[in-house]
This record gives sequence, structure tokens and C-alpha cells, in this order.
Amino acid sequence: MTSYTLKVNGTERSLDVEPDTPLLYVLRDTLGLRGPKFGCGLTQCGACTVHVDGQETRSCVLPISDLAKGAAVTTLEGLGSTKNLHPLQKAFIEEQAVQCGYCVNGIIMTSAALLARNKNPSEAEIREALAGNLCRCGTHQRMIAAVQRAARAMG
Amino acid sequence: MRIERRDFLKASGALVVAFSLFGSGRGTSAADPPGLPPPRNTDKGAVDAWLAIGRDGRVTVFTGKVDLGTGTKTALAQMAAEELDVAFERIDMVMGDTATTPDQWLTAASLSIMVGGMELRKAAATARQALLVRAGQKLDLPVDQLTVEDGVVRAKGDAAKTVAYADLIGPDGFRMNVDPDIQLKKPGDFRVIGKPIPRVDIPAKVTGEFLFVHDFRLPGMLHARVIRPDELGARLVSFDDSAAKEIKGFVQTVRKRDFLAVVAETEWAAIKAARALKVEWTAGTGLPEQKQIFEVWRKKPVAKEEVNQTAGDAPATLAGSARTIKATYEFAIQTHASIGPSCAVADYRDGKLTVWSPTQGPHPVVHEVAGITGLPKEAIRIIYLDGSGCYGRNGHEDATADAALIATLIGKPVRVQWMRADETARSPKSPPRCADLEAGIDANGDVVAWASEFHIGVNHLAVNKPLDYPLLAALELGLSKPEHYTGFLFRNATAPYAFPNIRVKTYHHGEYIFRSSHLRSPGRLENVFANESFVDELAALVKADPAEFRLKHLSDPRGLAVLRAAMDLAGWQKRPSPGPDAGGGGSVAKGRGIAYARYNDTNTYVAAVAEVEVDRGSGEIRVTRFCVGHDCGLMINPDGVANQVEGGIIQTVSRALMEEVHFDRKRVTSVDWETYPILRFPAVPKVELKLIDRPDQPPWGAGEPALVVVPAAIGNAVYDATGVRLRSVPFTPAKVKAALAAPTPQRA
Repeated sequence: MTSYTLKVNGTERSLDVEPDTPLLYVLRDTLGLRGPKFGCGLTQCGACTVHVDGQETRSCVLPISDLAKGAAVTTLEGLGSTKNLHPLQKAFIEEQAVQCGYCVNGIIMTSAALLARNKNPSEAEIREALAGNLCRCGTHQRMIAAVQRAARAMG
Repeated sequence: MRIERRDFLKASGALVVAFSLFGSGRGTSAADPPGLPPPRNTDKGAVDAWLAIGRDGRVTVFTGKVDLGTGTKTALAQMAAEELDVAFERIDMVMGDTATTPDQWLTAASLSIMVGGMELRKAAATARQALLVRAGQKLDLPVDQLTVEDGVVRAKGDAAKTVAYADLIGPDGFRMNVDPDIQLKKPGDFRVIGKPIPRVDIPAKVTGEFLFVHDFRLPGMLHARVIRPDELGARLVSFDDSAAKEIKGFVQTVRKRDFLAVVAETEWAAIKAARALKVEWTAGTGLPEQKQIFEVWRKKPVAKEEVNQTAGDAPATLAGSARTIKATYEFAIQTHASIGPSCAVADYRDGKLTVWSPTQGPHPVVHEVAGITGLPKEAIRIIYLDGSGCYGRNGHEDATADAALIATLIGKPVRVQWMRADETARSPKSPPRCADLEAGIDANGDVVAWASEFHIGVNHLAVNKPLDYPLLAALELGLSKPEHYTGFLFRNATAPYAFPNIRVKTYHHGEYIFRSSHLRSPGRLENVFANESFVDELAALVKADPAEFRLKHLSDPRGLAVLRAAMDLAGWQKRPSPGPDAGGGGSVAKGRGIAYARYNDTNTYVAAVAEVEVDRGSGEIRVTRFCVGHDCGLMINPDGVANQVEGGIIQTVSRALMEEVHFDRKRVTSVDWETYPILRFPAVPKVELKLIDRPDQPPWGAGEPALVVVPAAIGNAVYDATGVRLRSVPFTPAKVKAALAAPTPQRA
């Protein structure tokens, strides 16, 4: 076991885990976070998406030893909470853009990264940005509307 | 970590606790895992089984139905709040705990509102009446002089005379039976039913605070991975876990007959140990050639033959018709493709087993877990926690049994998480379908006979009975599970329109290819595909506008209304198919198609227009828009209905265009998202809805009906665009190109 230091949702954490442990399991099992989800473990679906140093990242195969010391990791919980919603989270609630909710972490984290680089994406740009995220319940249309709503709110 | 709201009620000998999901150590007895509510009366006939009123006026509602991500938690709470006359915000829902909720069978078949909700309304209405009677006694007034507002009973003429529900009901509860004939509220008086109340689960789902079964943890919990062969039917010969033992955190290997699992202290160690295990399997029992699957299916032994519908004499009329037309339709084997592979957590201690499970049927699955663990049913408690959307018996019940078995064998709490290949390849599959249709047309161009034969999986209508369903663990333990109960596959085989001579037959094949399951709208989807494509072929043959042709043969006003609604939304242009692009040689051909169905022949009405663009070069179909008319009677939550209808349509566009389980002669080769792709964001159509609200009608389901019209609507639109008929789902580019290249308009 090795000790790793990461800044997770703004808090510095010291993590004693095996070097090859994917970030997803460090976040979920060591830190008890619920945001990032196991969907495939193959980087095919996006359910595990987090931000590492501001970059959207698939956490399911990324070994913790590959992260820089003190790297900043943001999960869905770090974006906002029910008491203090991020505009994207608020927009998803307003559009009721959720059915089972399992994929929504990946959708929101990917959308947050999109809006960080493109404040006013067209519908086509939103669809392209989310092309790597899978949703099986068919909530896509509402999710697109939610991203558009958030973009307007974030101005 | 979020702690659920607590609400303690003092009761003689029984403590009712609204769910605390993170074992805080405050267990009610040494034998229960921490934080578990104690068992309570779950007899469906008793009002107390359905609801309890707290000292603080909060109402806890207990239901055996669960929320699979469809919004039933919210909609059922609306129904209870309505009948009880309390504010929606006062309701706490407890769902799917076999020890504390009444058995309402599965959450399935789009019956949650229609049947499950009605049971709940009756219990709540009975309770309200009882409370009014008590209030009358307390206030010394007749019941008809009283009104209720948000759990407070008031005298009609005197605002000072009030008494709250909480002061009318003691710790003993109602102690009365649900009145099956109790009068329910009339639609004109609804305050809460019919409102698009935002779903109560969504906020926590978008912030990462929501507890899925995947997030559930118990103190001392271990992690397991089950190891299964790639080849179907292969049996376990031996294993070598020497390399697995070297993994830090490895605890033990578990084997019982062909059931094999590794257990470890951490999830990552369990995954590595599973990979490090060397296993020898026998050869499998083999699979048919995928290309010949429909021929193989037709030849399977017929367990049952049924004539589902007769009118007049179809065979004789066909023989004498001026013109006849025949077509065969096929629908591939598909799978649920849940985003989150199945997961369950089990704890076995002091002879009692508790499983936190995403199953659709907490009460029915007890029977299956009992058989697999050898424990008596009374010793098993299933507690529902949300999984990923499942769409009809995916791997959830298998993972539940896996966790139950391992926990029982090792005596420690254990979490089983299926990997992607488990969920995609090993979960049960929808059976294949083929249908042969024939119609006769007379000299005037009228349809005089309709005959159809469907090859379906053998069907037992096992509503409200435990389902005998071959879970993998049961097969691996050698428990005999001969039956596959795949629901309702014969429904909607009947002719959708009024023709003078009809004969509809179903052949039920008893031998399945894979373990069979009820993938969303089982049977109805495939049957409507055949029927609605064939009706379209008839319309084209007589050069009638396909929408007008359907309107002409339908007399049910609610059916006509949904058809017209879809046509209006789409701006339907009246003309026969094929349309103007079909004769041209342009690289992209546009078209529109329509389809209609009345779900189960007896409830929800739906019609949809699909607009497509077909790329002649690549064979790709792009569905640009779906316009849907939908009537499910009274809508409890119109936004909930809209969400489910849109979702079902989009999901089924994916199934119609691209989905098919792939296999070779030994194994399923669809194991991940590359080998079983689904629709992605860029290809999702716009979906527009016209939801017809009929508050004076009974509420019908909305989770499954709408999507049954999708494949036919798309196929009919492709015909309109190109003059080419697609009769085999999925409508892959290869099939489209082959059909376009064929010398005459042919089956694809």
C-alpha cells in the first residue's frame, strides 16, 4: 500500500491504497462518495466521469498512481448539493431530466466541462459533447434542454 | 453522507421507523443489522398495513411497489395524499421491504398506478373515513358537517372546532379492514392527483446524495465477484486460486457445485482476484447459428397452440379473395443493457438473511432466494434499494441470489457487483419473434380477411403468483427450474382493426434459446410491429393514405383521438405511401410513417408518427422526429407520464434501429457497449407529445404502452421514403442497403 495525496472536492485527502486502484474505487470505496458510478469499467459509457484538475476524466480505469500528487478531483458532490445547487443541477431538477438517474453523474460532469469551455453551445454541440455518454432510459431530450437552461442561467 | 429523515412513532411493542439507510448502530435487536425497521403487519386487507400516522402528523405509506426510476414513488404518494386529504409534503414512502410492506407482486406490466395505486387509494380512503367518524365523535358533530384540510378536520360552520389526524389515532393504529367498496374522490375534487409535482427522488440523484443499492455499505462488508463461464451451459470442472490468494485483501474462494465466487476485503481486490482465478470449465451446450435463429425458433417444439381471435371465416375468405398479400416479420433477441450492472448486498446472521436488492419483485423473489439458500421464507427479508433502470427482469434478481447465497455460505455481509459483461451477456434476454401475416382484398379494394400466426415463447399468465424463473445461481446449484414465465407475449397479437374475417393464432414454443425475460413491453412490441407494418402494406396496396386507412377501420373514439392527435402534431400530409422521395435517386430520402395500438387490447391508447431520413449510400436511418398521441385515462402526474413516454420512445428507437444480441455457436458475444451498441445523443430524435387527459376514466399504465408503435412507425416511414419494406428488426444499415439494392421492393 502506498499513500497518495489528492484534493477531493476541495479537501486534502491522504489515501492508503494499492497503486493500481482505479480512481473510481478510491472515490467510492475509500472515500464513500456516491457521485461517480461504475457503468462498464471500460471507458465506454461515461458513468464514472469526474474532473481532474478541471479536465473531464473517466475514473474507472485510471490508476491512482497516475495522478499527480495533490491533483484536484471534483465529483458530482463537489459541484453542488441539494442545499447549494450548481446551476446545472438546478436545471436538471427544473427540467425533470432524470429517470433512473444512474447515468446522470456522467451527463452532468461532462456538461459542466462543456459549459466551462463553451458558454453558449448550440444543440448540436451539446449532442456532440455528450456523444460519449450513454443513457438507457431515453432521457436525452430533457437532458439537452437542461444543459441549455443551465447555459442561459450561467450567462 | 446523507441520513434519511427519521420519524419515531411510539407504539405498543412496535417501533415504526422511517428508513435510516446508513446503519447507525441503533438496531432494534441484536439480531437485526443496524438501523432496520422492525417487521410490521403487512396483511393487505388491513388499513394499518398501508399507512401509519405519526404524532407529528406525518403520514408513512407502505407499499410493495417500488420505484424503478419511473417516478412511482411520487405518483403513489400523490394518490395517498389525495384520498387521505393531507398535503403531499406530509407523506413518507416506504417501498419494497418485505417485512414492512404489503405484497403487491412485482412492479411490472405498467400496473403500478392502475392496480397498485388503486389498492393504496382504497386504504387511504378507508382511513380518512374512519378518521372522520372519530372526529365526529370527538367534536360531537355528524360526519357530513365536517371537512378535512391537510390532515386537520374542521367543522363546516365553526372554524374553532378542529382536531388533527394525529390526535384522533393512537399507537394501536386503525385496527380495521380496507373497505373494497369505499368511495374514492371524484376527479372534480382532486387537489394533488393530476398535478405535475416534481419527483421527490430527482434532487438527490443530481447531487450524488441519492442512495443506490450500489452505494449501500454495511459494517464489515466484504466484496465478491462471481465467476461464470463464457460458454453457455458449461459446467465447472476445477479451479486454481493460488494466484488469486496472492492478491492483497483476498479472503476466500466460494464454491458450491457450479457456483464459483471470490471474496475480498476491497472491491478492487475482488476484481483482481476474479481475474487471477484459473478455472476449467466443460464445453458448453452450444448455441444455434445466429443467422438461422428464426428458422430454428419456428422448429422448436410447440408446447401450446391457441386461436386468440376469430371472426367469420378467414381461411375460406382468403381462398376466395380477389387479391391476397403475405408477409413475414422478425424481431431479434435483445437485452436490457442497463447502464449500471446489477448489484446486491446480503447479510446473514443468527439464521436470518437480509438482502438489499434492486429487484422489481421483493416479495416474489423471496421464494427464489429460499430455494437457492435452503433457508425458510420466513427467515428472508428483501429490502428494495434502487438499481439502474432495468426494463423488465435484467440481472437484478440474479445478483440478489448471488449475494444471498454467498452471505449464507460465509456468514459475513457481502456485496456482489456484476461486471459489464455479466450484465450485457448473462442477463436474461427477450425471446425471438416471427410472425406470418396474410390478408385478402376484394375487388373494391376492401380488406375482407386477416390471418396471422405468431411464434412466441410459451406463456403462462402468472399474475400475483411467485415467478419460477431460472436464476443463474439456481441453475448452477442444479435446482430444477423448468419453467420460463415470460409475460403476456400473446397480447396485441389480435388484429387492431375491424375486418369481417379474422383468425389470429399463436404457437407457444417451450424451449428457449436463452433464459427468457420480460424486456419492456414483452410480446406487445413485437406483435404490434408485425400488425402495424402489415396494415401499412395493405394501405399501400390499395393506394390509401395510411392514416386514413387506419381511421376508416377503427371505431373506438379514444383510438381515433390518439391517431388524430399524432397526425395533428406531425402536420400529417394526406397521401398514400410511398412518398415523393421514393422514386428519386437522391442520397437522402425523407419519409413519414404512422402506427397505432391499444395496449394489451384493453387499456392505454397510443399512436405515433415517425419522420425519417434514409441515407441511400450508407443505409443509415436517421429518425428525426416522433409525434405521439397518448391516452392512459386519468394521469396521476402528467410530467411523470411524459417522462416515461418520451423515454420509452427514445429507448425503442435504439432497439428498432440497432439492437440485436450477438452470439456464436458457443457463447454470447455481446459483452459490452461496442458489441451491443445503443443510440447515442447525436442520433436521438425530437419527441413531441400530445397527452390526452381523461380524469373521469380509470388510470392506466404509461411505462410500456407508447413504445410498442415505434418499430412499425419507423419501418412505415422508411417505406414512405424509399418504397422499401423493412420486416426484420433491427433495421441495420446492411439490411437497408440490401433492400434498396434488391430488384423489386423486398423484405429486408
